[in-house]
Amino acid sequence: MSKSVIEKIEREQMREDVPAFGPGDTLKVHSRVVEGGKERIQIFQGIVMGRRGTGINEAFTVRKISNGEGVERVFQVHSPKIAKIEVFSRGKVRRAKINYLRGRVGKQATTVKSADRLS
Amino acid sequence: MSIGLIGKKVGMTRVFNDEGEAIAVTVIDISDNVFIQSKTQEKDGYSAVQVGFETVKESRVNKPETGHFKSNGAAPKRVVREFRLDSDEQLPEVDHPGIDLFEEGQWVDVIGTSKGKGFQGVVKRYGFGGLPQTHGSMMHRRTGSVGPGTTPGRVWKNKTMPGQHGNYRKTVQNLKIVKKRSEDKVLLISGAVPGHNGGYVIVRPAVKKEAPAQNLKKQANGGETSEA
Repeated sequence: MSKSVIEKIEREQMREDVPAFGPGDTLKVHSRVVEGGKERIQIFQGIVMGRRGTGINEAFTVRKISNGEGVERVFQVHSPKIAKIEVFSRGKVRRAKINYLRGRVGKQATTVKSADRLS
Repeated sequence: MSIGLIGKKVGMTRVFNDEGEAIAVTVIDISDNVFIQSKTQEKDGYSAVQVGFETVKESRVNKPETGHFKSNGAAPKRVVREFRLDSDEQLPEVDHPGIDLFEEGQWVDVIGTSKGKGFQGVVKRYGFGGLPQTHGSMMHRRTGSVGPGTTPGRVWKNKTMPGQHGNYRKTVQNLKIVKKRSEDKVLLISGAVPGHNGGYVIVRPAVKKEAPAQNLKKQANGGETSEA
């Protein structure tokens, strides 16, 4: 048997409701959190630093400044733990990974040039 | 003692479970497993069942094997393995249930031939820590001392030394069946199993865990079962 079974297994698990987004975009990621047996939705809003991986293994990093401290979270694109991905605004950046934001302070650390290309 | 499956390692991927966690799994193709022959106490002096996997052209097997397959009414198989049973009562009466031999969530052991690494030193082969890299040391990855002096005056048997690593039979115990995919005839087993993709493996109920009963009797007989 060839690798086609693996492709089939992966394809079945991929989500189709993922919007198009890339580095520089600001996202609202609605993730499911189970606390004390109850499930609630937690929203993480921040700038996409970049995406890595392909297919079922694809993940993306979101960065925000929380109480003056930089916080980064990595999400699996196709994870069922994510309830919804909402594109808040588009940003225009020139590279695939915008890790240079980490060295920045103040307003520069939280904003990138906004893009007109809102899909 | 219980019956297992012969399979082929397809490759690895990952699946999300109900909690949304990603689990690394190995996909094992277990299509066309058949019982070829039953070995009985009376005739052979022990109880076992012979299982065949992967049908091949008749020209691929030699004459004695062709005769064996023919006399037992089975198609020629590439891999033939025996699974020992405790007594004749456990011998299966039905056809091979294939994937339904196991249940989802069951613990299994997987036996395969590990990837060959060739002639390796003791650091890779046995996990030795190695010797100093600096301060004039010239012993970096060497074996070091292989034993004391006058007593015993020889090197102990089984002293771990460089040699062939990999490409031998290896068993991984206590892996979980994450999912059964009956339509594709594949098992998804948590974690890694020995060997290359395309290598043959044996999947059997875990020796060190409680296993569900294997019901291989004719239904009219009432559920006589074998324990792992």
